[in-house]
Amino acid sequence: MLRRLRRRTWAFFAKRALDAELEAEFEAHLQLAIDEYLEHGMSPAEARRQALIDFGGIDQAREKQREARGLMHIDILLQDLRYTVRKLLRDPGFTAVAVLILMLGIGANIAVFSVVNTLMLRPLPFPDAHELVWVAPPPAKCGLSCATYSTDAYDEFRVGSRVYQDVTGYFAFSLPGNLRVSVGNGVPVPATGIDVIQNFFQVLGVHPAMGRLFSADDARPGAAPVILLTDAYWRRQFAADPNIVGKAFDINGKQTTIIGVLPKTFDFGAVFSPGAKIDALTPLSLYGDPRNWGNIVTFIGRLKPGVTLAQAQQDAAAVAPGMCWNNRYPRSCGSYKTPVPTPLNDYVIGRLRRSLVVLWCAVGMILLIACVNLSNLLLARAAARSKEFAMRAALGAGRGRIVRQLLTESIVLSAVGAVLGLALAAVLLEWLSHQGAIALPLLSQLRIDGATLGWTVLTAAASAVFFGIVPGLRIAAGNLHEALKDSSAGAGQGRKHERLRSVLVVSEVALACVLLVGAGLLLRSFLRVLDVDLGFQPERAAAIKVEYDDNAPTREASAQKRTVIFQQVISRVSALPGVEAAGITDYLPLDRNRSWGTPFPKGEKRPEKLNAGPLVYVITPGYLRAMGTSIRGRDFEWDDGPKKETVVLINQTYARYLASFTHWPNNDAVGQILDRGGSDVRVIGVTDDVHEEAVEGDAGFQIYYLATQEGPAGAELVIRTTLPPAQLASSVLHTLREMNPNQPAAEFKPISMLVDHANSPRRFFMLLVGSFAMLGLLLAALGIYGVISYSVTRRTQEIGIRMALGARAGLIQRQVLSQSLWLVIVGIAVGAVISVGTAHLVASLLYATSPWDAATYCAIAAALLVVALVSGYVPARRASQINPLVALRAD
Amino acid sequence: MGDERLDLLQGTLDLMVLQTLMAMGAQHGYGIARRIEQVSGNQVLLNQGTIYASLVRLEQRGWIRSKWGVSGNNRKARFYSITNTGKRQLAEDAHYWQRLTTVMERMFAMGPAADEEPGEA
Repeated sequence: MLRRLRRRTWAFFAKRALDAELEAEFEAHLQLAIDEYLEHGMSPAEARRQALIDFGGIDQAREKQREARGLMHIDILLQDLRYTVRKLLRDPGFTAVAVLILMLGIGANIAVFSVVNTLMLRPLPFPDAHELVWVAPPPAKCGLSCATYSTDAYDEFRVGSRVYQDVTGYFAFSLPGNLRVSVGNGVPVPATGIDVIQNFFQVLGVHPAMGRLFSADDARPGAAPVILLTDAYWRRQFAADPNIVGKAFDINGKQTTIIGVLPKTFDFGAVFSPGAKIDALTPLSLYGDPRNWGNIVTFIGRLKPGVTLAQAQQDAAAVAPGMCWNNRYPRSCGSYKTPVPTPLNDYVIGRLRRSLVVLWCAVGMILLIACVNLSNLLLARAAARSKEFAMRAALGAGRGRIVRQLLTESIVLSAVGAVLGLALAAVLLEWLSHQGAIALPLLSQLRIDGATLGWTVLTAAASAVFFGIVPGLRIAAGNLHEALKDSSAGAGQGRKHERLRSVLVVSEVALACVLLVGAGLLLRSFLRVLDVDLGFQPERAAAIKVEYDDNAPTREASAQKRTVIFQQVISRVSALPGVEAAGITDYLPLDRNRSWGTPFPKGEKRPEKLNAGPLVYVITPGYLRAMGTSIRGRDFEWDDGPKKETVVLINQTYARYLASFTHWPNNDAVGQILDRGGSDVRVIGVTDDVHEEAVEGDAGFQIYYLATQEGPAGAELVIRTTLPPAQLASSVLHTLREMNPNQPAAEFKPISMLVDHANSPRRFFMLLVGSFAMLGLLLAALGIYGVISYSVTRRTQEIGIRMALGARAGLIQRQVLSQSLWLVIVGIAVGAVISVGTAHLVASLLYATSPWDAATYCAIAAALLVVALVSGYVPARRASQINPLVALRAD
Repeated sequence: MGDERLDLLQGTLDLMVLQTLMAMGAQHGYGIARRIEQVSGNQVLLNQGTIYASLVRLEQRGWIRSKWGVSGNNRKARFYSITNTGKRQLAEDAHYWQRLTTVMERMFAMGPAADEEPGEA
């Protein structure tokens, strides 16, 4: 069978040679026959005549032989193709519109498929990624500190668990720009590094592109500092120096050796910290200082082959009692709740799955609308060509052949559309993969790959059949005689066409309606999210990371040194023109966070089960004013020095929570004393609730300590200005440099950027679905216009007669318009029913918006009606301007 | 069969060609066609040209092979010969044909139906 196919294929391509050979054979045959007749004494002419008679039709024999030897179908296909291309080129308007529609429809589908495939369908970019699990405490409302473990707990978990090949983790509290890298003698440049447990890459299965990975020795306290570069950073900062391994640079004041460069495929931010750019990785010293930093590391485990998640859960329950917050405090042992292992893929993608599915559906609907639209266009075209087809049928073309011809047309259109769509998608994906600011995982991994190409072919083929088959069957079923008769208004046929086209338009409008409702709901909830009172004013505020050196032998000396630096920084920056307020914090809202236990009303007995501790911010006086967070009571003052009473600010929710355990006058926390594990702190004010972790959802507990009394983790200088923040950037940086020449050229980032970053996934999906809906609306409008316009053309004579009989132009116009309105009204009704039925699918993506939000539905219906009027108006006007004389004379 | 010549059933020609090659050894297209005409006593309706479709089909199936050679009267022609697979195929087909003809003969040997209507109770 295969051999025959091979031979036939070969025969197809070697056509010319085989034909020549066949001719030679025929010639030999005839000669042999003639020879024989000559032997019998015939004259040469008679012999030749007789030989030809015996042979039968030479052409027929030739065709038969060709048919037997080769691929007849492909011959026909090539014929069809040539014909199609000629035909399409002769109608460039139609071809351009059809290809454009297909390009948009297929292109959007390819791009979204690629996103869905990268994020949802493909495993994470690690070998045997299904074995990787994220291990974290059960969710609690106290930020990262409650989502991480101490290094002692890590040791116990790693040793005690039996289901893992190995467990690793990373330091979850690194701040952007935490590395100051001095290349040459220039000013230090900020870079972002993450401390990882030394076996991090071995567990993930990442191999270096150059050099080596961390070893256990690199993580010993006092080991020579080493660093691994990411591919992107190596290219950007070190110009892809091929001899970089082994070189040493001053990083944070220490000569640090570069031991390797990570592969391009490894992007820490893309997987673990979407939207963040990580430049380098350093080994975390488990047994040095970090031992006393409390909960700092996350766990990532690689399960042994064949271990199920349920087994891992059981195992975690067995290990948990042995895990200590700090081995030096036996009381802290067993204080961890049972860790919850989840597949790493779920941790990274889980929340987005629904959004992705909705996006995929939306883009599928676009393609459906595009196909319906094309079906409509082809129908109109086919109607105009019905005579051509009837003629071909009369000349002996089979129905199958005509349908095949039509399908060839749609395949050619869709193939061209797919190629252009692929180009469009490639541009989109290229752009998207460089959108570091969108907090979606794995975006940097987006590219056109084999699966995407496969999907392209599939979509193109499916749409070709989908939009080609209806017109094809319709034409093939058409009545030959009626079409051939010269009455152009071929009444029955035309009306049938129109009914079919109306059905198509109604379904187009319905689909567009569903899309628009979805997009409308997403837009509305996005607006609601923007409206959320964050507890601070992001507009006209910006932050810059400040370097300072408060090294001193004692805590107190260090605090004093710090106080002087901070006070100077703030007073000098405040003096700059345009600065309204300035202050320093160590963590910004919607960024990293931590918590330090729960200060409790002094004198009250702590209940057994206490809610998780408040998020801690170490700030200076003026910070809250700079952020625009209001305070009841008073703000910190520089006078609240290291030697004075320890003072704190707490937020309303925390204040209310504490008040429920005690009897404060008016339940007011201001002025009350809290017990902070043995020492007293006084609440001097209650602040607004700040949305610390997410824009959506309620704020948790917050507590502010004073930077002169507590050690901050760093310093972010926040400035509120009357000018656009960008204008201040250089003068602020200049001022900071004057005070500290080591101040790196840190980014001056608007606070609104933090909010945008937090909202970016929502905005991303909203914009995408929104643009699909717009595209759908446009296509639907095109469809309405096409049908109404066709119907006006078909009824030119009828309208002419009516006008001759006295119908007014206005009436005609109204009638045509109402025809288009009817199509849309039916479409809206169908679409609304579908939307109401499927709304629960988007419900979980909405924020403070009902999936049956009446306002949205009404707005969409109104928009569609307007579109109907606009797209019906042009043909209606044309109808009303028909000149009865011309209309009647025509034909 | 009167003076009408036989139309060939689908596939019959292929079988005739195979059998001819089996019996005569290597032969060119004209020779095969003539031989079939002779053996059939000119009873089959054979446009000699149609034999080439049959030949290409058989060759693609690997039942016959061909090469160019020179005929007895010094004409260059393409000579076909049967392969081993072709011989096996021929044996199978011949067997099938014999069984079929036997069955057909028996069918036609049935006497005319007696004028018995199915009895009505």
